[in-house]
Formats: sequence, C-alpha cells, structure tokens
Amino acid sequence: MSDILVMLVVFAASSAIGYAMISKVPQRLHTPLMSMTNAISASTIIAALLLFSSKLDSPHKVLAAAAVALAAFNVVGGFTVTGRMLKMFKKQ
Amino acid sequence: MNNAANIAVDIAIILVLIAGISRFRTPSGARFGNAMAALALLFAVAVALYRNPMLSSNAALAAFALAASSLAAWRVSAKVNMTRIPSLVAFQNGAGGLAALLVAIVEMSGARSAPGAIASAAAAVSVSLGAATFSGSMIASLKLAGKIRQTPTVVPGHNIALLFLSAACAAAAALMFAPGDPTSALVSLAFLSLAFGALFSIRIGGADMPVLISFLNAATGMAAAFCGIVIQNRLLIACGAVVASSGFILTMVMCRAMNRSLMNIIVGGKAPARPQASSPATVSSPETTAAPPAPVAASQPEQPETDPLSRAADALRAAKKLIVIPGYGMAIAQAQSETVALAGMLEQAGTEVKYAVHPVAGRMPGHMHVLLAEADVDYDKLFEMDDINAEFAETDVALIVGACDVVNPAAKEKEGTPISGMPVLNAGDARSVIVCNFDDKPGYSGVPNPLYERPNAILLFGDAKTTLASLIAKLQ
Repeated sequence: MSDILVMLVVFAASSAIGYAMISKVPQRLHTPLMSMTNAISASTIIAALLLFSSKLDSPHKVLAAAAVALAAFNVVGGFTVTGRMLKMFKKQ
Repeated sequence: MNNAANIAVDIAIILVLIAGISRFRTPSGARFGNAMAALALLFAVAVALYRNPMLSSNAALAAFALAASSLAAWRVSAKVNMTRIPSLVAFQNGAGGLAALLVAIVEMSGARSAPGAIASAAAAVSVSLGAATFSGSMIASLKLAGKIRQTPTVVPGHNIALLFLSAACAAAAALMFAPGDPTSALVSLAFLSLAFGALFSIRIGGADMPVLISFLNAATGMAAAFCGIVIQNRLLIACGAVVASSGFILTMVMCRAMNRSLMNIIVGGKAPARPQASSPATVSSPETTAAPPAPVAASQPEQPETDPLSRAADALRAAKKLIVIPGYGMAIAQAQSETVALAGMLEQAGTEVKYAVHPVAGRMPGHMHVLLAEADVDYDKLFEMDDINAEFAETDVALIVGACDVVNPAAKEKEGTPISGMPVLNAGDARSVIVCNFDDKPGYSGVPNPLYERPNAILLFGDAKTTLASLIAKLQ
C-alpha cells in the first residue's frame, strides 16, 4: 500500500510544481513549451524499454519494439524541433 | 525500488527536469532548458535500464528500434519547414499516445504475474487515453496540414455516439477486472477509445485548434503518468504529471483568450455552417491588389478617386508609429517575410514599429511568435495583447495581416455573438487601419467585422503576400 502512496505523492507534487513553473512561461514561448512537454510526455519510452527486461513471446516483442520506436520518434523529434524553434528567436 | 539512494537519484533527475522547464522565461534561457530536460530524460532512461537490465536476447531488437526511429525523427525534425510545425507537433503527440497504449497492452497481457487492481485500473486509463490521443492527434495533424477539412465535421448523432462510446469504454474497462486474461478487454477498450478520440477531435476545428492541441498535449501527459503507475516508475509518473499540468494550463489560457469554456469548445457550439474566412485552397489565387473588391461601405467621401493602395502607402509613409497585427491568414498566405520586410523598411525610415499578437491568433499557442521569429523579427518587438492594447490610440497605422476575429470590435460592442466578451486587439483605435486580408468575409466566428466599414479603414483585400509586395514596391 505504501507504493501507491508514494506514487500519489509524486504525481501530486509534480503536478503542483509543474503548474507553478509553467504558469510563468510568457506567451511567446508557448509553442516551444508545448513542443518540449510533448517530447517529455514520450517518457513512456522508459516503460517501453523496460518491457525488454523480461521474457517476451514474438508478438509481444513486436508490439514492444513498436512502442520503443514510436516513443523514440516523439522524444527525439520533440527535443530537436524545440531546439530549432528556439534558435530562431533572436534579439538584434 | 524504495531505498534512500534510489529515491535521491530520482529526485535529482526530477529537479533537473523542473529546472529545465523553469528556464522557459526568455528564449535563450529556454534553449538551455530544453537541453536540460532532454538530459533529464536521458538520465531517467539510463537509471531505469541500470536497475532493470534488458535480457540479452531482447537487447538487439530494442536497440535497433530505438536507433532507427531516433534517426528518422532527427532527420524529419531537422529538415521540416517551420510552417508545418503545428502539424508535426500534433503528429508527434499522436506517436506518444500510441506508445503509451502499446506499453500498457504488452505489460498487462504479458501476464508476468497477476496484476493488482491498481495496475489494472491504471492500465485501463493509460490504454484509453493513449488510444484516444493517438486518433485525436492524427486527425488534428491532418487538419493542420490541410489534408482534411479544417472546419468542424459533425456527424448525425455526434453527441449520442460519443456518449455511447464512453459507456462502452467503461464497460470494457470493467471487464479487465474479471478473472482471467485481460487482453481481449484491453484490445476492445483500445478500439473503442480510438473511435472516441477521432469523433471527439473531428468536431473541433478552425480557430479552436489551439485548444484542441493543448488539450491533447495534456491527455498524452496523463497517459504517460498512468503508464508510470502501471510499471511503478516514479520518474515516468513525474514526467507525465508535469506535461499534463502544462497542457492543462495552455488549454485554460486559450479558453480564457476566447472567453469560452472548455466544454463550449469541445461540444463545438455553433459548429455547422460557419463561413470560413479563407481556406488554403482559395488563397493561392494570383490576381489581387490591382483591383481589390470594393469595400462593403465606401465611406471615404473626401477622396474617392485615390485607390486604396496609394492611400495605404501614403498613410505608412507619414506614420510615426506602426503596430502590425498578424493572424492565421498571414500563415496561410506565407506572408511573414513580406510583413517583416515592410516593417523593416519603415523602421529604416524612422517609424516606430511594434507587433501585437493575440493569444489565439493562429492554430496553436504561440504560433505567430514562431513564424515571426523565423522571419527574423527581434522578439522584443512582439507584444502581448494586454501590454499593447492601450497604445493603439496613439498609433498612426495599425497594419492587419490576415487577422479578423481577434480585431473585431463586435466582440466588445455587440451582445450575443459567438465572440461577444472575447478580449480583442483595439486596432480600430489607430488613426488608420490597413487591412491586408484575403476578402471581406467574416473570420472563423462568422461575425462580420464592422472595422471594415469605418472611415479610417483602408482595405487591401487579396492574397496578403502579393498585397504586401505591392505596398513595398510602392514605398520604394
């Protein structure tokens, strides 16, 4: 039961801290912010990779590999495109 | 999992992630913050694999999937044209949703051990949200890429279908708790949720897209957090929760900027038969500025002979202060470089130039800022609505490029329209208002813009890119 408690605390604390941080982001950075949090949401890649830590039959292996590929696309693409966008913001 | 050292490492990683997000105050800080967040995620993956190493028989496949997909993602995002960013962001979001769905299904149907009630419940949420955000994001991505109709599509019995699908999803989720293999319940839940997401998303369109995009962003975050509960991974829960709150904040900011409730946007309100200001298909028509359509009310009796283009050029030449108002029309017409070139020319000649950006201009939060940044505008010249609205009264020219609803005075002056009460830019307060819109049709809201009939309005209807090019030529 303590596990679920820990998980609830982590969830609540992260939401609260995230909320406090993100409410201060200026409007001009909303697209990069969304694009970056989009990349962070693909942290499911952790779960996808961990599937390979236990025995899998072939169909499950294929599904797990697909999950890794999709999450990786989201993570790598998300951070790259955010970086590109932010590089365009210039001050003369 | 819960010893002190592990907890300390996890907290450290979460702190790096949060520190990264907290750098999103200035663009240069945000670049660093983006790198920090990427690093935090990399650490999280490394730590997870260190604690639970892969089986050697599995490692090759996992490494291949990871490497191939990362390379593809990097190539696509390093090359993609910035105008396709909204569509790409939606597509990536969908990929993340599908990943969450697959993870939960494999995790639960792999049946390494009988899952507890909490894991089952979390898996049900994860599958459901993952599937719905996948289909919803794909629809949004197609809309933003112009591959399907951008206006809301309402099917007969739309509400009833959504209600039915929700009930069916709940039933499928309940079946997961029955003894035995939960796989068939999970797969049914996945398909029902896919249908739900598509139906949900197809009804939201046009100027409401920023809300849909932010909402889907929040939903994928939620799916990731529940995925983390399924596998009992603190870092994944934390990452998901942060994204969910970010998406939620953006959703609310967008709703507030339109003075509408989230529910009102989700159920589409007055969805059908709304006229569209400018659809991408019609924008490319070449003939424009030479003979623009006559203004709705020709209320310039003092100088009826002068053509609007010359009057606009004269007004710009004489202007000491100019405020540019970009809208989604600028994005469709790809007129950002011309807009910035014209503003730059006037600036060279000593005019004070500022840009006023409405929070919901465009198709995603902050859309205009990215387009203008790409066209090399100094970001210190971009102002948010509340900071600049008072300045219009002391401005010589307000230059509107492809914006209608966000400058429509009817929002303040008329009751009972779809945009009544929505905060708008006070473009009409400027001495002259130059309107570079495609035509005189109302914006997405369908509310006619009385600004066009004011004596201080100079109407240059047509493709904004061409119009602005002619203005630049005239001023040279």
